Amino acid sequence: MQLVVNILVLASIYALIACGYVLVYRVSRVLNLAHGELMMLGAYALQATTGLFAATPLIAIGVALGASALVGALVYIFLMRRMTGEMVLAAVLTTVALGILLRGGIELIWSQSQLYPAAAFGWKNTALTVPGGARISIFALALVISAAVVYATLLTFLRFGRWGVRMRAAGQAPLLAAQRGLNLHTMYALAWALATLIGGLAGMLIALDSGLSGTMAMIGLKAFPAALVGGLDSLVGALIGSLIVAAAEILLIHYVDPLLSDVVPFLVLIAVLAIRPWGLFGTREELDRV
Amino acid sequence: MSNRQPRASGHFRTDYRQDQALLQTRLERISAGVGAVVLLAFPLVATPFQLDLACQTFLAAVGAISLMLLTGYAGQVSLGHAGLIAAGAFTAGILYRETGAPLWITLPAAGIAGALLGLVFGLPSLRLRGLYLAVSTLALHFVVLYLGGEYEARRGFSTGIIIDAPKIGGWTVSGNRTWYFIFLGAAVATLLVALNLLRSKTGRAWRAVRAHETVAGAFAIDVKRAKLTAFVVSSTITALSGALFAHWRGFVSVEAFSLFLSIQYVAMIIIGGMGSLLGAILGAIFVTLFPYGIESVMRLFAGKVNPGTIFSINHAAFGLVMILFLVFEPLGLVGIFRRIQTYFLLWPFKQKPLGGGGK
Repeated sequence: MQLVVNILVLASIYALIACGYVLVYRVSRVLNLAHGELMMLGAYALQATTGLFAATPLIAIGVALGASALVGALVYIFLMRRMTGEMVLAAVLTTVALGILLRGGIELIWSQSQLYPAAAFGWKNTALTVPGGARISIFALALVISAAVVYATLLTFLRFGRWGVRMRAAGQAPLLAAQRGLNLHTMYALAWALATLIGGLAGMLIALDSGLSGTMAMIGLKAFPAALVGGLDSLVGALIGSLIVAAAEILLIHYVDPLLSDVVPFLVLIAVLAIRPWGLFGTREELDRV
Repeated sequence: MSNRQPRASGHFRTDYRQDQALLQTRLERISAGVGAVVLLAFPLVATPFQLDLACQTFLAAVGAISLMLLTGYAGQVSLGHAGLIAAGAFTAGILYRETGAPLWITLPAAGIAGALLGLVFGLPSLRLRGLYLAVSTLALHFVVLYLGGEYEARRGFSTGIIIDAPKIGGWTVSGNRTWYFIFLGAAVATLLVALNLLRSKTGRAWRAVRAHETVAGAFAIDVKRAKLTAFVVSSTITALSGALFAHWRGFVSVEAFSLFLSIQYVAMIIIGGMGSLLGAILGAIFVTLFPYGIESVMRLFAGKVNPGTIFSINHAAFGLVMILFLVFEPLGLVGIFRRIQTYFLLWPFKQKPLGGGGK
């Protein structure tokens, strides 16, 4: 039972992060390898706002979330917009470079030591017992719930929302969308902002749950296989992919070898790339686009 | 580097022997000679620190040239270069630890391991392109590092594998001056191999595959074979450089081969300039010396700074420089070099395009 809970929590972490990869890729065809670092930036933004709004945690979280979305939009406007029309690879490497820059900047400002934003609010991470005897911490539960809420909102938004439809259109056929009067740059910026917002949320929740340090970017990178396993352009796929990767990781760690932790997602990734490179729910044409 | 274009200098090739010569004009011969003398004389005047830097640079140049062959010429992206270096280093380290094998066994063994691994890294390229290929090499990088870490943990070398200074006959290879010449030789050999490969059938096939796979196939080029040879050649050289690195430092540990190292190698060929061996060398020099440059600049302005801060600033500055090159100078240092070259070639007859033709 404890294993199931662990899988569920890890899957929610991966799912929250993976949908950032999917959003950016689906709308603008750029693989954002700086997502882990952007997520970490969101978590550190929370650390910064705890100092300012220590008495009102919700405002602190809100401000940090707003800052994350803003950073995402700015990244697109000032950096990625210049890379449109360049080789796909150049854009990916730009995000890699951005990740390095962010990581260096974060280490410079906050140093590398472990931080605990939850303690700054005076919140305790108590463990609850769920039916069946397994234990789950409050913030881990919050992670699972927010993953569910975020996915429900995103799926409805993309399916029915006016801007959601526009974003899908921009991703599906940029030329036609532009001809119908859509401002592609706005769409792309919106996708980046949304992705970074959700990534930031994931980062904050992880930081509240288990503390904050420079190694968080690695979690971001490990969530990437989850996105690809499900298919880089499919949100539902990201959800399923996260479950598969998380299950594989937890079970292998439990039954085989704890050292496997960092490598399992990538083993799953290789397996999927070998058998079905476009992912479980992705569209096959994706392969020829890149 | 020998470019096959007609020259502006009025040098004309009149027979095949001239066409095949690596150094064609007098200027090229003279500068190659001067370069050789400078490189050979350098260890006599250099401080130990400078020697160490030079060794690092040569090693980086070997890796950068091999990655350039793969990415810059054959068009196959690899984000797992550090994994291959690690594979070479670990092969050498493990062989030495387990069997006490001498240098002349560990080096070829590392090369063979690299070739096999190159085949593994290359297999996805038969099916995947661009982004997906890059991701698969990234994944393999983590797998190789895991295997290395697993070996370290199982055998109880949790901090790393220690390798004693290699012996050839009765002579112990040690001291940075000796290693300087070894690395210089390795770098020059790699450069010559690369130059000759690129102008032979293999290299032409690579370039054709990079330009357009389908068209290359239509010209009776075996695309799969070309891709796999690119991966195998590149990884063999890389693994050899990894083995040399292991013997030089006398120490192998997974920590040395992080993802950041892979990115550094990719940065070398981007900053240097894609599709140019000169670019690979310039990029290797730039990326290797960059942190030391930053450090000395920091010392100059801020006096004594703590190492952690320098480390972070290095990271940030490195990311920034990489972004600047990607956005503003996609041709890299070679692009800048060629522009200066063209300026002097055309001077004083440089023409400005008439009427708002741009820059």
